Amino acid sequence: MTVTPSNSSALSEEVKLDTPLEIAGKMFTSRFLLGTGKFKNKTDLAQSIEASKTEIVTVALRRIDLERHDENILEYIPKNVTLLVNTSGARNAKEAVRIARLAKEAGYGNWVKIEVINDSKYLLPDNQETVKAAEVLAVEGFVVLPYMYPDLYAARALAQAGAAAVMPLGSLIGSNRGLKVKEFIQILIDEIDLPIVVDAGLGAPSHAAEAMEMGADAVLVNTAVATAGNPALIARAFAMAVQAGRLAYLGRDRSRPVPAMTADPSSPLTGFLYDQSR
Amino acid sequence: MHITLNGQKKEILPSQNLREVVGRFSQNSSVLIAEVNGAIVKKNQWDEIRVNDGDTIELVSFIGGG
Repeated sequence: MTVTPSNSSALSEEVKLDTPLEIAGKMFTSRFLLGTGKFKNKTDLAQSIEASKTEIVTVALRRIDLERHDENILEYIPKNVTLLVNTSGARNAKEAVRIARLAKEAGYGNWVKIEVINDSKYLLPDNQETVKAAEVLAVEGFVVLPYMYPDLYAARALAQAGAAAVMPLGSLIGSNRGLKVKEFIQILIDEIDLPIVVDAGLGAPSHAAEAMEMGADAVLVNTAVATAGNPALIARAFAMAVQAGRLAYLGRDRSRPVPAMTADPSSPLTGFLYDQSR
Repeated sequence: MHITLNGQKKEILPSQNLREVVGRFSQNSSVLIAEVNGAIVKKNQWDEIRVNDGDTIELVSFIGGG
């Protein structure tokens, strides 16, 4: 499979070395998903989308504010970018299903990030309710990408329910703490036959690179970009880190675990300038 | 007569359709989706849906989110 880069920049050239990311039959050149919350202004958002070359962005659904005029966020998202509507605010499966159905009615596609959270301190996803919502929404024809705690049984249940991808958290939402549950994400990467998109907690481009190096198919970042001093620059840095991590994963020596538990010399251990027989 | 719109009590004139009520209370051009008494009402049906006393209406749209 070949990918035609959208422009001739170095970032796009690298993509030729890779196959596209496929989710629900749709091909993506970029493996970097961007959340649109918390941006100081819409200009920062638009510039970050452009700088990141992202092809999937998340949005949320809320009651409109009757007291003031809100800008329409969709005006700042290019038409060729896939909209992934999250069900944030849902505390159980039923509420998530309601939000997803409302979102579909808007006419911007049927991609939904199931997010069921019933804990305001840690904002941890409720895997059980997430599975229930996935079962209903997949049957209704939604492209379901569930945000979840990296648990193998839950991931299997989500795959069984018809999820198009699985999105395990790296650490707590907005915490910028990186891959705190790395070994359990690795199990999902190794065992689940769906794209694994690491979502939440990735606070630095190096975290994103780490997730990709271990074999994640993509990452989703919001807070670390939106709250950066220069969001567009950080968005670009994340996109480059995602590609670097991806190439590192593709180019790895599959026979040798990384990191190894013993040393392996970089220089030959023969032909020294002294007599080795002594 | 009274309705509950996005959680707030609002007084409206009788015999109004959904589009008129939305136009009266929303300053947003980006209103995308409406729910009346828990049921989604498609935008092309807004003219036909008569708003009744005691109705609960939700108007939602997209915002930034992760």
